[in-house]
Amino acid sequence: MTDVLIDSASVTYTGVERDVRALDSLDLALGAGEAVAIIGPSGCGKSTLLLAMAGLVGLSGGSIVIDGHGVTAARLRTALILQDFGLLPWKDALHNAALGLEIRHQPLVDRTRRATEALERVGLGEFLDSYPAELSGGMRQRLGLARALALDADLLLMDEPLSALDALTREDLQDLLLELWRQRGHTSVLVTHSIEEAVFLGRRIVVMTPRPGRVHAVVENPRMGEHGYRATEEFYARCAELRRFLADEGAVHGARVAAPPAVGAS
Amino acid sequence: MSAVIRRVIGYAGAIALLLIGWQAASWLIASPALPGPFVALSDLWRLRSELLSETGVSAWRVTASVLLGIAIGAPLGLALGRAPRADAVFAPIVFLSYPVPKVVFLPVLLVLLGIGDASKIALISLIVFFQVLVTARDAARAIPVASVLSVRSLGADRWQVFRHVVVPAALPEIFTALRISTGTAIAVLFFSESVAGSSGLGYYIIDAWGRVAYGEMFAGIIAMALLGVVLYEFIEALELRLCRWTRAGRT
Repeated sequence: MTDVLIDSASVTYTGVERDVRALDSLDLALGAGEAVAIIGPSGCGKSTLLLAMAGLVGLSGGSIVIDGHGVTAARLRTALILQDFGLLPWKDALHNAALGLEIRHQPLVDRTRRATEALERVGLGEFLDSYPAELSGGMRQRLGLARALALDADLLLMDEPLSALDALTREDLQDLLLELWRQRGHTSVLVTHSIEEAVFLGRRIVVMTPRPGRVHAVVENPRMGEHGYRATEEFYARCAELRRFLADEGAVHGARVAAPPAVGAS
Repeated sequence: MSAVIRRVIGYAGAIALLLIGWQAASWLIASPALPGPFVALSDLWRLRSELLSETGVSAWRVTASVLLGIAIGAPLGLALGRAPRADAVFAPIVFLSYPVPKVVFLPVLLVLLGIGDASKIALISLIVFFQVLVTARDAARAIPVASVLSVRSLGADRWQVFRHVVVPAALPEIFTALRISTGTAIAVLFFSESVAGSSGLGYYIIDAWGRVAYGEMFAGIIAMALLGVVLYEFIEALELRLCRWTRAGRT
């Protein structure tokens, strides 16, 4: 299975005026089949970390080793799921789901079968020939998931995958993500800015510092994945704990946040 | 099927309206230079075989030019739009030469390529080339980063990104450029055929004008209009086929 070792990884973007250090010697180790949530203020390099793990952003220092191999380019069984789902509007659901297999030169019959199975698994079996524009937000994200499943990905990297969805659809998809993780046992990295989502979907929750990104704290969340966890006292306690950590960072309504502007007469 | 029928009915209505307006204008102006549609249409029928071969000559020139212009302009524009370094070198050249009216090169092309097909095809494809190039470049630059990232994360190489993202994303805009440049292409076709050579609809129209055969002149004009409509409809049908997704989610 797939473990991930991040050893003092640094990423520097070349800016116009000066270089921007997005990640600063970040260390993190993920066990095989572990579900980790990453949370932090915006601009803390969460997305950069994910892109680096996907092999799309080069490191300026340190290393990322997945399953014993250093990451230098896109890895075959890593699936990246982005906020806007990464779907191609010009391909129907079947072709979107099969895209990873097509790029990897799988035979047509094989990729059609696997994509169809994946779509059925996320509840889109009736929508094979629909274009993304014809699907609702929740269905589009299911389609994004189906692509990862069709690839038989053992490492799922998700960058705020549910943040564009309404609250009910989001809970529905959080359940689906949890269910898939329990069934498949893939290694899962979820970047989110929702505290509840992090506690619901991360057995360990990594809190990052503002730029340059480093690990500020790691919160253990052992009961994650239990049935009905969302309604327990412990769930709320964990959320409160996480909120305190983030307030220390000045990320949520903490003391360091400036007072909101006065509301004028409207 | 009903969409096709609606289209045919639309065309029939438009043709009827144009013919009535034409007849009315002809009565009002009462000049031999503007004969009514009946004179023109009867000449069109009388000279149909001659007109058909002239239309064939013109159709070949304009089709070859448009195809040549796209075949060079579209890939080059898309490549420039996706390759900042090459773009830095070539974009200034493009911007400098795009606003220059290409028709002024007709005399040069006539000297270099003769008065046959080659000079006309070269001139028209030059115009189509620039319009498609500029549009394709802009379209390729406007492609969302997320689309490219998601495909690259699946392991796509440069060519696969091109095939699955850049080309389909830019295709609707290339079709728009194609529709606009087809109109220009036919106008320039008329111009180049009327200036030099002894074949094609442009020559036919100017020749009829010189012989004061206004009915025949209008028969040529009708043939040229039909050529344009057929080309335009062909492009429409092709886009409908290749860019089906742009109609998705619109009911």
